[in-house]
Amino acid sequence: MSAAPALPDLTRRPRRAERVVVGVLFACAAVSVGVTIAIIAVLLFETLDFFRDVDVFSFLTGTKWRLLGDREGDYGVLPLLGGTAMIGVGALVVGLPLGLATAIYLAEYARPRVRAVLKPTLELLAGIPTVVIGFFALNVITPTILRPLFGDDRVFIFNAASGAIAVGLMVLPLIASISEDAIRAVPQSLREASYGLGASKRVTALRVVVPAALSGIAASVLLALSRAVGETMAVTIATGNTPRLTVNYFESIQTLTAHIANTVTGEAAAGTTRYQSLFAVGATLFVITLGMNMVSNAIVRRFRQEYQ
Amino acid sequence: MTAPAPAARQTAPVGREGTAILVKGSTRTRRNVLFDTAFSMVLFVATLVGVVALAMLLWSIYDRGWDRLAADPVAFLQNFASRRPTRAGIRAALWGSIWLMGLVALFAVPIGVGAALYLEEFAPRRRLTTIVETNISNLAGVPSVVYGILGLGVFVQFLDLGETIIAGALTLAVMSLPVIIIAGREAIRAVPQSVRLGAYGLGATKWQVARTLVLPAAMPGTLTGTILALSRALGETAPLLVVGAKVSIFNTPSSVDSEFSALPMIIFDWTQRPQREWAYAAAAAIIVLLAVLLAMNAVAIFLRNRYSTRW
Repeated sequence: MSAAPALPDLTRRPRRAERVVVGVLFACAAVSVGVTIAIIAVLLFETLDFFRDVDVFSFLTGTKWRLLGDREGDYGVLPLLGGTAMIGVGALVVGLPLGLATAIYLAEYARPRVRAVLKPTLELLAGIPTVVIGFFALNVITPTILRPLFGDDRVFIFNAASGAIAVGLMVLPLIASISEDAIRAVPQSLREASYGLGASKRVTALRVVVPAALSGIAASVLLALSRAVGETMAVTIATGNTPRLTVNYFESIQTLTAHIANTVTGEAAAGTTRYQSLFAVGATLFVITLGMNMVSNAIVRRFRQEYQ
Repeated sequence: MTAPAPAARQTAPVGREGTAILVKGSTRTRRNVLFDTAFSMVLFVATLVGVVALAMLLWSIYDRGWDRLAADPVAFLQNFASRRPTRAGIRAALWGSIWLMGLVALFAVPIGVGAALYLEEFAPRRRLTTIVETNISNLAGVPSVVYGILGLGVFVQFLDLGETIIAGALTLAVMSLPVIIIAGREAIRAVPQSVRLGAYGLGATKWQVARTLVLPAAMPGTLTGTILALSRALGETAPLLVVGAKVSIFNTPSSVDSEFSALPMIIFDWTQRPQREWAYAAAAAIIVLLAVLLAMNAVAIFLRNRYSTRW
């Protein structure tokens, strides 16, 4: 990656200035490690403080999240986790079929000219700021799609469905682009063998190409799920702020991220349990997304080794 | 999610039952041909859903915001926040965002490029390097709101910078860093080895090669990635929310320790207000934000096309 292996060492001793430069560059790279340590330190520090007031067990298993004053109330994280799970599942229900179909279409079916139009368009969708997607969810998805379809009396203005659809649209380009790369990495010989056996394009795509690209697709799904779980603005705007355990997508819910957004915009004073709950919730979020990303990265790494 | 071994997967369709499974659905009966056509059409329609959603989104914003913006664009850009939606402007937010971009670039670009250069050109292949690399790819996946919490804990409170524009900029810079490093590394990796070897052959030192050859050659790619990272930071709301960006302030930033607003912040605030006029104002602000983002992306694409070297 750096110098060639057989290079003779022309400089008997690296010049001092050069060593300083390399040291500075190393410091730049080390900053990233510092960032990780800082994230963990901040989360750990305040979260431990939080657990001085709130029992860990009741935090993890409590089914009520109801903050009354600065210190009183029920701090059970399950309603927030449930809300986050609803958004994650809903986003995948929307984003996975569409994203995967898009990936198969772009990689296997689309003519180059069609692809040259569709791909930048999807990248544009991926580049729309999340707060704008939230605006769209609140002003379009709920009033002009969900409410006419399912009835004003059933669909609340703030509801989980609009948030899930919005996040689904956000992860669609992500799933499409990573899955397309995975599908393109499948060797051509596999397709030709399949055609040789008389399989049609559809059968080849569904039974040969997609299964062969499955690890890459799985990685994209995990990445999308982690993005959906960590998504804040669209969800905060669209789903309202009602922490509750429900499976009704037309009700208002609250996610982990929305709780954080809500706490910092509210009047919670530093040092109170209410305030510290944002760090505990942030730590929960961090652990969940980190786990998903690590598994996803591990899958991608294995997948790369397969075809190169 | 554990994938089966590749060999098993590749042979699965023609497994024990011989070719029968694979050929099933492939014989050119009228029904199967119909399925083939239907399948390709379903794929096409599904692909269009994303495009249609984007079109709907852009239209809905144009529809709500254009009249508000076009009525008096100068006033909209020049006015500060207001109690009345028809008089509210984005001056503080726009200047806040411009300051933020400048400061983020100032912090994140040198450190990001330096880190990329170190990892590609100087880092010895050892455990520590692998740890740093894994760490960077993990950081790229941390939700932006968590970066906000980091900024709140470290910059606002621990370093006692307060809810200032410098705290916001440092938070966004830290968030953008992994993206810039990854883009920089890809650009540096694209510089062919022969360029380096030629220079080494002439007696150049590692740093001379890196500074005079590798870095300039990798610059267009790095710049493109950096602009994309900055445009992501520009649209980010959650971290700014957490570090305490304001909505209603009546002065533009004058120094790094000013309080500040930002475009996505006021979009968020206005979107949440119930009156219809606020939605129009929010849509008008979104048009400004998207215009800036589009311009940044156009610059990135231009740089990529204009300066990319073919080796």
